[in-house]
Amino acid sequence: MTTEQTAGTMHVVAVVGTGLAGLSSARALRELGFTGRIVLIGDEKHDPYDRPPLSKAFLAGEWDPAKIALGLPTDAGLDLDWRLGERAVGLRPEGAGWVVELEHGEGVPADGVVIATGARARKLPGQVLAGVHTLRTLDDALALKAELVPGARLVIVGGGFIGAEIASTAVTLGIDTTVVEMAPALLAGPLGDAAGAAMARIHEAHGVKVLTGVGVSGLTGESGRVAGVSLADGQSLLADVVVVGIGSVPNTEWLAGTGLTGPEGDLAGGVLTEEDGRTALPGVVATGDCTATHHPFAGRVTRQEHWTHAAQHPAQAVAVLIGAPAPVVAPAMRVPYVWSEQYGKHFQFAGHHQPGDEAELVDGDLDDLTDPAFTVVYRREGEPVGVFGVGRPKVFGRWRRELAKRLS
Amino acid sequence: MIRVCAVGEIPEGEAVRVESGPDGVPVAVFNVGGSYYAIDDTCSHQDASLAEGYVEEEDCAVECPLHATCFDLRTGQPGGPPARVPVRTHTVVIENGDVHVALSQATAQVA
Ligand SMILES: Cc1cc2nc3c(=O)[nH]c(=O)nc-3n(C[C@H](O)[C@H](O)[C@H](O)COP(=O)(O)OP(=O)(O)OC[C@H]3O[C@@H](n4cnc5c(N)ncnc54)[C@H](O)[C@@H]3O)c2cc1C
Ligand code: FES
Repeated sequence: MTTEQTAGTMHVVAVVGTGLAGLSSARALRELGFTGRIVLIGDEKHDPYDRPPLSKAFLAGEWDPAKIALGLPTDAGLDLDWRLGERAVGLRPEGAGWVVELEHGEGVPADGVVIATGARARKLPGQVLAGVHTLRTLDDALALKAELVPGARLVIVGGGFIGAEIASTAVTLGIDTTVVEMAPALLAGPLGDAAGAAMARIHEAHGVKVLTGVGVSGLTGESGRVAGVSLADGQSLLADVVVVGIGSVPNTEWLAGTGLTGPEGDLAGGVLTEEDGRTALPGVVATGDCTATHHPFAGRVTRQEHWTHAAQHPAQAVAVLIGAPAPVVAPAMRVPYVWSEQYGKHFQFAGHHQPGDEAELVDGDLDDLTDPAFTVVYRREGEPVGVFGVGRPKVFGRWRRELAKRLS
Repeated sequence: MIRVCAVGEIPEGEAVRVESGPDGVPVAVFNVGGSYYAIDDTCSHQDASLAEGYVEEEDCAVECPLHATCFDLRTGQPGGPPARVPVRTHTVVIENGDVHVALSQATAQVA
């Protein structure tokens, strides 16, 4: 797609997906001077809301739905055409543009399309028992929250960020909480074994039972409701509530047959894009959790399923779409970034970690469980590629800038 | 005016938080290369203390310790999401070797 082809011919842009990336795309279109029509198509009936609090303050009951709204008073002036509660099921070319096909048969014609359909929570095969939850949407959070009552026994399957955050929230609510993680440590994937083990100790100090290095072989039920979790080593755990936190699946099925592909050919790994959101189709860009892009620190194509990416990247993608100059992003802000909050502490990660990277404690103490504060730097072939910090924003900020120097 | 501390008590690239203003809003005072800047300490996005953030001396900015929005210390403007609303800036007065802050009369905005 060239700028000459797109500039001046864009009258209608359809943004599919009304999460953070979709809303940020619409705002960025206006900020970059697009005066045409913007149609926002989203299958959730809710106005755009923020997902991170769903496992934190919202789940804890400290925040209400109004507090997690992403909308701002200024959005009213953006003149957006909202189609909430409508699901896109197909995308086909028509003339020089596109038609987004909706579930009930209608087609939305558009000159440009922004794919921002995000991801959904991965489920266990045959996950049908009552009391078994995943956490991705506001409705999911409301359903889970209703079951986190004092005395409940909660088992969390999967010790990634979402599982760890739910554990922190639940145990603080006085719920008997167990996390089961197949890897040798909690958060071992994103953080490595040493930092992951330190995270597990923090959770244990707050009363969470952490079982690592063991998989889940199945769930047991009684009268259609979950009663326990069976582990691969033969143990079984009693459970009144189970949360499955085993990652996410990009919402890309509706793009089948368009010619768009994913990193390994099919779309199951996300929509493959250039770093600026360009796809293989002219007049179609993609952004947020549904995409797979070359990661500067991973050195390969990965999905970046984090808030800052879904907030920042849409401006780059829509700039390409309408042929406007892309807004400049400061180098430090280009280092992929994720935060987490557990037990009232701030956790920050930037860059990338993969097995085999060398983890070095550069500051603080991994064993201080009462007031955890430390920084771990990950190196690959001697070069820093990632940094993880707990309660040390200044040290973290310095390292994030150190990593930024490696971006050309 | 609130007295913050003596000149030299805030190392370069660091900040202090002054807890009490007449309107109860904490203020953060920064030393960037010997120049002092004062802004509201609480991030306009959520509840984080900007005095705890990393100071980007080159850009005269502070990075929020929570979700990493950078605020320009001269204008209070956020450089990018999640914060979208500026924080107030306050006037710093150096008098008799002490750093003082004159609070802005603008009402604090919350996102
Ligand atoms: C519980 C939880 C906690 C999190 N905490 C953090 C955190 O602390 N830090 C962090 O960095 N990140 C966090 N994240 C990740 C962050 O929320 C995501 O990166 C971000 O929401 C991605 O935004 P998105 O708009 O790309 O996708 P989504 O938020 O998934 O939005 C996509 C939208 O598109 C809709 N949609 C899907 N298919 C269709 C279709 N065919 N037609 C129409 N609409 C469709 C979806 O229903 C959804 O509303 C968290 C996520 C969750 C779920
Ligand atoms: S609290 Fe400062 S950016 Fe969110």
